[in-house]
Amino acid sequence: MNIFFQQLLNGLTLGSVYALVALGLTLVYGILHIPNFAHGALYMVGAYAAFYFVGTLGANYWVAMIGAAAVVALLAVLSDRLIFHRLKDAPPLHDMIAAIGLLLFLEACIQATWGAEFHRLAPPYPQIVRVFDLVAPAQRLIIIAAAFGLMLVLHLFLTRTLVGSTIIAMAQNREGASLVGIDATKVSILTFAISGALAAVAATLFSPINLIYPSMGHLVIMKAFVIIILGGMGSIPGAIVGGLVIGFAESFGAFYVSTNYKDIIAFALLVLILSLRPQGLFPSGAR
Amino acid sequence: MPSTALQKPLLALLLVAAIAFPVIAANDYYIYVMSLAYIMAIAAVGLNLILGYTGQLNLAHAGFMAIGAYTVGILTVDYGVPYWIAFVIAGFLSAFIGVFAGLLSLRLKGHFFSIFTLCVGFIIYLIIEKWDALTHGTVGIIDIPAPTGIGPLRFDHTWSQYYLVLFFLVASLWLMSRIVHSLLGRAFVAIRNSEDLAETLGISLMRTKVLAFVLSTFYAGMAGALYAGFVRFIGPGMALESHTFDMIAFILVGGIGTLFGPLLGAILLTWLTQSLQFLQDYRMIIFGPLLILLVMYFPQGLIGYYRERQIKRAAASVQDRRLQRAVLGSGQEARTNA
Repeated sequence: MNIFFQQLLNGLTLGSVYALVALGLTLVYGILHIPNFAHGALYMVGAYAAFYFVGTLGANYWVAMIGAAAVVALLAVLSDRLIFHRLKDAPPLHDMIAAIGLLLFLEACIQATWGAEFHRLAPPYPQIVRVFDLVAPAQRLIIIAAAFGLMLVLHLFLTRTLVGSTIIAMAQNREGASLVGIDATKVSILTFAISGALAAVAATLFSPINLIYPSMGHLVIMKAFVIIILGGMGSIPGAIVGGLVIGFAESFGAFYVSTNYKDIIAFALLVLILSLRPQGLFPSGAR
Repeated sequence: MPSTALQKPLLALLLVAAIAFPVIAANDYYIYVMSLAYIMAIAAVGLNLILGYTGQLNLAHAGFMAIGAYTVGILTVDYGVPYWIAFVIAGFLSAFIGVFAGLLSLRLKGHFFSIFTLCVGFIIYLIIEKWDALTHGTVGIIDIPAPTGIGPLRFDHTWSQYYLVLFFLVASLWLMSRIVHSLLGRAFVAIRNSEDLAETLGISLMRTKVLAFVLSTFYAGMAGALYAGFVRFIGPGMALESHTFDMIAFILVGGIGTLFGPLLGAILLTWLTQSLQFLQDYRMIIFGPLLILLVMYFPQGLIGYYRERQIKRAAASVQDRRLQRAVLGSGQEARTNA
């Protein structure tokens, strides 16, 4: 029972981190209609920003998280204004190549500054929480609580506020949104800022129990892609459910199958699902 | 496009220059770098078939190159298979795996295909890295034997290997020009330009795309096999997507969808990174922005740019002649009227 609970907790932790990253990716997809391969680099920069704020400037963990979110949000907005916005009339191939160029550029910059070695963010809450005979590291509980809190806030923002609903409107129908007077530029800036902030928060939450290194974004971003394909490109509930599915598949797979190959599980799942259903599990109306 | 009478002397000149290069350079290191550029060019020529001619961004190409390299590495080092037998197996094994990967991935369109191949590439990387017993894991394979001699030919020092690589480069370019100028090549381009239109013309989309994919993985496997015999050390890192991205950079700089674009890009960028040796690990600080700027302002690449100018000039001269004729015609008309 205890072991099962442990795996459940692990899966929930992984799943909520993946879901946050996938949410940002799916939001940007709604606007760009392009897989933003650079999103993984934003996640990685977020981890390094938090590491810098905590390690070098001695900031409080939560302050560092807000700082990292701000830095990465700015970076994401810049990438939109300087690159993606200018490429909006180019063939999709060009956006994808530009996104990969950005990903490798950011990675090389970070590697030039901090080196290729592993870093670690000191766990702000190293305690262990005990309920009856179940044990859980406090950080994992914080990840789950913070991630779901953030998802709730995002959901309320998107559905209950006017600004939020412009994002939804733009994702549903670009021309229609423009016709009713929604400013495409504003929406796109906002979307990129949110997606960057989500990536940074996910990275800051996950870093205390994981390692920080320049290529840390690769696996996460690829899993995020798997998730949004599973959940339907551009679908927000799909990203959350998909994130949890992959998180559980990995934690239980690592335990019951093999730790060595746990990273393959997500991709094997993708290959399997897309082989059977090329349109994805929940094909979205847009595509 | 078909080599016109004017292009033939240029090609001959290039070939002579390539053959004379080791004599002129007279420096083992330069010859080594050039051979490496040729090997990367062979892989990039293959990628160009699926990316440039057929219009599908395959991000697993480096994975297939790694399959070729590892086939040679494993067979020669662990099983004592002669190099050339392993070499042939490498090309066909890559293509064989390419058949299945292509059949699965090409059911997806556009960016779904790219994401899928990104995952395929990563699966290849993970398998190479984790399957210690077969691939030596993260350590990689060292001491891969150099290509064995054929008849009187020996490939035991850098410049004889240079000629070997050059031979395969010329052969693969020749084969590629036969492919892209054939009816099949036209079918690839038709698919790139519009899948719907191509289908209307009676081109079987799936079969044609899979064929392009398999041919490109065959090129990747051959390039990987040459790489293993030439560098003689391979590690799982060569399957990573940053490697694929190097090749995309070569293609974009040289000219996407042109025969010699990948070669030109491979040579230019390889020498650029070599001259910026201190940047080896950080080459993407330059390559990344360079690529973004290229797709934004110069998406046709060097050879594409050259060809565009040629076409414009030809169009302008036709226009000129028409104008002249019109002027002459109206002159005559005026005279008859008078």
